[in-house]
Amino acid sequence: MEHQASLQLTSSGADYSAHQKIGLAFIGVGLLALLITFLGEGALNPTVTLALSLAGLLAGSGILFVRMLHQPAGVNNNGVWFSGATARGMAGWILGIVFTGFYILLYWTPSNLEQLIRGTDALSYAIRGSAADQWFLYGLFYTLAVLVMGIRMLIKYRDNRYQILRTISVMFFQLGLAFLIPNLMVLLNQPEFYFSYFWPLKYDYLWPSTFSSLTQGPGLGIFLLFWTAVMTVIATPVLTYFFGKRWYCSWVCGCGGLAETAGDPFRHLSDKSTKAWKIERWMVHSVLVFVIVTTLMLWGNQWMGGGLLGGMSQEFSRWYGFFIGLIFAGVIGVGFYPVMGSRVWCRFGCPMAAVLGLLQKYFSRFRITTNGGQCISCGNCSTYCEMGIDVRWYAQRGQNIVRASCVGCGMCATVCPRGVLRLENGPLEARYNGPVLIHHDDMSVQLDETWKQSRPIMPPFQEDLPILTDDDL
Amino acid sequence: MARHIVIIGNGITGITAARFIRKLSDDRVTVVSSETDHFYARTALMYIYMGHMRYQETKPYEDHFWSRNRINLVRGYATQIDPGQKVVGIADGNDIAYDALLLATGSQSNKFGWPGQDLLGVQGLYGMQDLALMERNTRNITHAVVVGGGLIGIEMAEMLHARQIPVTFLVRENSYMDYLLPKEESALINREIAEHGIDLRLNTELKSIRGRKTAEAVETSQNERIECQFVGLTAGVHPNIDLAKASGIGTNRGIVVNEFFETSLPDIYAAGDCAEFNADGIGSRRIEQLWYTGRAHGKVVAKTLCGHRTPYRRGVFYNSAKFFTVEYQTYGDVPAQPEPHIRSRLFQSGRKLLRINSDRESGRVLGFNAMGVRLRQDQCEAWIRSGTSIKNVLASLVKARFDAEFYSNAVYRQAAAV
Repeated sequence: MEHQASLQLTSSGADYSAHQKIGLAFIGVGLLALLITFLGEGALNPTVTLALSLAGLLAGSGILFVRMLHQPAGVNNNGVWFSGATARGMAGWILGIVFTGFYILLYWTPSNLEQLIRGTDALSYAIRGSAADQWFLYGLFYTLAVLVMGIRMLIKYRDNRYQILRTISVMFFQLGLAFLIPNLMVLLNQPEFYFSYFWPLKYDYLWPSTFSSLTQGPGLGIFLLFWTAVMTVIATPVLTYFFGKRWYCSWVCGCGGLAETAGDPFRHLSDKSTKAWKIERWMVHSVLVFVIVTTLMLWGNQWMGGGLLGGMSQEFSRWYGFFIGLIFAGVIGVGFYPVMGSRVWCRFGCPMAAVLGLLQKYFSRFRITTNGGQCISCGNCSTYCEMGIDVRWYAQRGQNIVRASCVGCGMCATVCPRGVLRLENGPLEARYNGPVLIHHDDMSVQLDETWKQSRPIMPPFQEDLPILTDDDL
Repeated sequence: MARHIVIIGNGITGITAARFIRKLSDDRVTVVSSETDHFYARTALMYIYMGHMRYQETKPYEDHFWSRNRINLVRGYATQIDPGQKVVGIADGNDIAYDALLLATGSQSNKFGWPGQDLLGVQGLYGMQDLALMERNTRNITHAVVVGGGLIGIEMAEMLHARQIPVTFLVRENSYMDYLLPKEESALINREIAEHGIDLRLNTELKSIRGRKTAEAVETSQNERIECQFVGLTAGVHPNIDLAKASGIGTNRGIVVNEFFETSLPDIYAAGDCAEFNADGIGSRRIEQLWYTGRAHGKVVAKTLCGHRTPYRRGVFYNSAKFFTVEYQTYGDVPAQPEPHIRSRLFQSGRKLLRINSDRESGRVLGFNAMGVRLRQDQCEAWIRSGTSIKNVLASLVKARFDAEFYSNAVYRQAAAV
């Protein structure tokens, strides 16, 4: 049998590159058509050029994905740190600038995107009943990015059912609840409502202005109010108790959906240092406080008939919308994918993540369990953690990982070469275990008290992270 | 007064010892390494070459960790020890005085005197310098040969494959790693190797390496000539005892130690890959060269170094590996060859395999092999330690599952059906 193997020699590198070239050619044509649409000034029908562009991009991506199918299933992060696009090289910076630039045009000068917007008119009339605006264009691009890169995820992780189900879930919620249904609701003369976003991420859903427009508006308003209140106040803590924040962040949320699909090639770029963790805790909880204060002030203002701080509360809410909702979530959150990783917004800015994180840390059954002493400290888990958690730090000392920021994407467990990590919704007891390396009891003869007392009192050993105990001796 | 404990080698053994000395005492701790400035995970060398990680990602602790915990790191090459003066000679002249010394010098790659083994383009893979060399040696090459069917061999084949360099893999045995793996496990890995397009040559040994300055071809025991520009020598490792030998410390294959890791000279200890337990030691395996044993040695020797003389005791054996995409875990006693007193039950479904061994007479469970499925270490060990009957183990096997949620339960269904 040993010589049969030689028939399968991978000297077909040349085929791969021919294959790749065809795929890249289609993507090139797609990008060119996109540029023509963008600059076209109506010389060519933008609907036609945009359709051509999307067709080229989809076909090219499809051809590149087929190549992935030819490789055996299994974790494959080969060359991630060699490619400029995924290792902050020139291509990565260019991508970052293009993404960021798109957000700037979208928010500040959408008139520059006029031709692209017109290119989506036909679709907008079909599902929304009106001409497109920049938000329709944005929603379309966003949804396509989640779907196309979602297919890439499904191929890349095709031997891992957790990743498959999770990816299908975010694709479903983005396409259905964050794109089709809100638009169809407009078509049916209902409020444009996003069923998969809740306060405090969708901060204005608990603001008095939303309440009044929903109660006074047409049709479903009362039901929508009921939905938003139930999801925020009841479903969020209950689901987080049973499953951790992952039920939302890596299964439902649109921001998470984009990060988990389009952001997957950049997940390793998150900063794992304890310094970054410190900044993260300050920032994300500050944003949460900001949104709570804003919401309370708006209700106070409403209650006092505008008497609270005059127009200041309105001003406050506009600021929040601009700095957090637009700049942070959009420009930095997505624009900086190729530089700071895919979860910058979720990690440093999202108030929903902050709430879910507090619930996850203190009122949840979820944890990542570490498998005894099997960790080899290789660092794949930490590297591929998009939230910048130094997973290895816990794994190598046999400690469970209970962290507010963990979105439960499961990638640490997926890339672990030794089967050390497992996402679990276990019982609350022993959820926080001490550092327990297996063979603990074999090797550590109980130190007798006199010996302990004869030793000088030690300054605390600085393991960097706050832990429950430090006595794995 | 605080003593000065000096550790030669910043691998898993030396660093584990340093960390635990710091936890246990206020002694001064210095770790000397000629390999890298900071501790990195040797197990991740392959991932650097494959582009999954960079050197900085393989460092398990941030650089400020060491100074904050007053663990002094010295980059230097220890040339000799003067046990009388209690001084370690360092190549750059900055010799270091010690009160206690731990040698954790690790291993070196085996070379068996093959003709041409010192040609350019021929190398082993053990440390960071080897990786840098491999990076240079494999640039723009069209074919590579890897010699030796062990863990490093298959890792090297995977590394080269990841860079799309065609690989011929020479394995002396009838089947990959059949000296450690039972027949079915070994066959599964043979298939895995072939499916990745590796030219696997079983029953084949290296005869010689040809070339003028650099390697141009290898000749095999099957009298075949394989053109190549790179030859990876991965036929095992042996303890690195150069420093101990040069300093008059007792050595055999490794640095000879007792169960307290004490060498033949006072205040000098050796642990990890480089140590060899003496005849009065602790059982059949005299030299232990696993990541896990290195870590365990470091932890135990730290206690002795801090004045609490503690013997090393083995627990239930465990190990793990990953062969291309197939994960492997083993717990307890799973010999490669069938043994009369062992009853072996095998559950297999495609690339997923679960083997459970039990004592033929008493029915007590003895060991587990898992491929493509993950088992919970504490549960497997608890069963083995308590001698739980195979019947009870099979009935409650789900307790040992550590697979990701929604994972295939094919092998567990088979086991439950017994």
